Amino acid sequence: MKISQQDIVHLVEKMPAFPKTVHRVIELTSDMNCNPKDLVELIEHDPVMVMNILRLVNSAYFGLAQPITSVNHAVVYIGLNTVKNVALSTATIGVLPKRNEAGFDMEAFLLHSLSTATIARMMAKRMKVPSKDLFDYFLAGLMHDFGKIVFANFMPHEFKIALKIAKENSIHLYEAENEIFDINHAQVGSLLGEKWQLPQSLVDSLKCHHSHKEGKSQIIDVVSAADQITKELKFGYSGENLLEALPAIITKQFGKDINAIVTDLGDVNTEIDNARIFISS
Amino acid sequence: MKARFWGVRGSIASPGPKTVRYGGNTTCIEIETDAGDVIIIDAGTGIFPLAQSLLRRLPVKCSVFITHTHWDHIQGLPFFIPFFIPKNEISIYGAFDPVASQPIKDILNRQMEYCYFPVREGELKAEITYTNLRERETIEAGSARVTSILMNHPVLDFGYLVECDGKRLFFTGDNEPLYNIYSPDDDYYEEYETLIEMKNKLFIDFVRGVDVLIADSAYTSEEYPAKKGWGHGTFDSCIKLAEEAGVKSLYLTHHEPTRGDDALDVIYSGLQEKYAGPLEFRIASEGLEIEV
Repeated sequence: MKISQQDIVHLVEKMPAFPKTVHRVIELTSDMNCNPKDLVELIEHDPVMVMNILRLVNSAYFGLAQPITSVNHAVVYIGLNTVKNVALSTATIGVLPKRNEAGFDMEAFLLHSLSTATIARMMAKRMKVPSKDLFDYFLAGLMHDFGKIVFANFMPHEFKIALKIAKENSIHLYEAENEIFDINHAQVGSLLGEKWQLPQSLVDSLKCHHSHKEGKSQIIDVVSAADQITKELKFGYSGENLLEALPAIITKQFGKDINAIVTDLGDVNTEIDNARIFISS
Repeated sequence: MKARFWGVRGSIASPGPKTVRYGGNTTCIEIETDAGDVIIIDAGTGIFPLAQSLLRRLPVKCSVFITHTHWDHIQGLPFFIPFFIPKNEISIYGAFDPVASQPIKDILNRQMEYCYFPVREGELKAEITYTNLRERETIEAGSARVTSILMNHPVLDFGYLVECDGKRLFFTGDNEPLYNIYSPDDDYYEEYETLIEMKNKLFIDFVRGVDVLIADSAYTSEEYPAKKGWGHGTFDSCIKLAEEAGVKSLYLTHHEPTRGDDALDVIYSGLQEKYAGPLEFRIASEGLEIEV
């Protein structure tokens, strides 16, 4: 089944967010005096909510001179109440079902995304990235597999076949996606990112997390490594069963042994547990 | 160019014995260039008396810039009499609504629907055009240039810079100075602080040295903590902005609806004592005309 770029963009216009976020957004926004920090924290733990906010604020409606790169950035530029109401609009679309016809576990997927985001941020911190830039790493980790949500939600039957082919033939999921859709999740994510004029660093992470040129972008290297670490530690599941080599910049900094990297990073489990509260309802 | 205040009240029209001198109509400012071009910023209830004055200058050709679509800035629009007269040409500008995903035309026309108003927008006789503005977009309005910039309010809100006849005037619309939503010990505090500094710098550069700054000073600094996040500035924050941007004169507007004339006088006296510097400032009142 080949899908056109136009089809993908059209489908995603009404993409629902994850259940816990939707419930909490409705709960938080029913209080006129809701804490802005709680709202931002909630939004930035849901790839769909983040995508909707960034897509809107980077759209031609605003024509802002600089790309908006985070939820906080959006709050500063368009105001808390506008961000709050956009989140509420997304919440009213409905929720992503926990189980879909692809048999793809969306809770496990969200845990994979949040874990990749969390570990990417921890690695960046360890690499002495300035604190004001740490969220870029978290965001790139959170969003890297966005294309899979599109497949699972809108093309579940075909995605089920892709998942099966990847598993049975021991090939990467993106290779199986290429066979089935003639496009893979990285391309879908970056296509949407480009269409919606998201920040280039985020688009690059969406596009290149499986095909990066090492050393070209530290964010992509870190996200790619965090993706492998998350898979190795089995935090959630993204449909991918094969590990990839860690980028050289990462092994140079942390060593080749994933367990040693995890030890070096500190208390990964606690950090991931903190992220889990954004998943189960 | 000249600027005239037709409405200086915030939130809701407040006629009555306590607001006779400063006025009870909500926001509406008229700017008339030396060439006679008319630019109107906001269509609060003050646009109704403005409309009466325009009837002496038919046919009316004017540009209406909406800072934002809260009631006190648009409620007078259905009563803008030039709408009902053929051969008038009225250009309306404002922000696209990103939440409802609707253009400014649809947002404004909703208040002329059957249940709210007896005449539908489609029945109006003047030639009316609507334009959604992007941030920093410049519109040539006759001999003037009007440029928008996003301000901070609980809805998209444009401040407008009007440049004409070698002079510059800026109106904030409703605006609350940005504040950090994080505490200093939060992880994001520094990032947020940086974002605020960046936006403030862009804004200060945008309004630097304007001849006239008209700014939202709804609250006193003492009242502000209870109103934080409501999207309005204070007398002190406006004076600080004016001093920082090196503006020549400041007009304080969007008066709190329960604040009477005497209370505004007391506040003004206090401000004059507190700020004895070179900045010229005064409290805007309905009917006040200034030569920019």
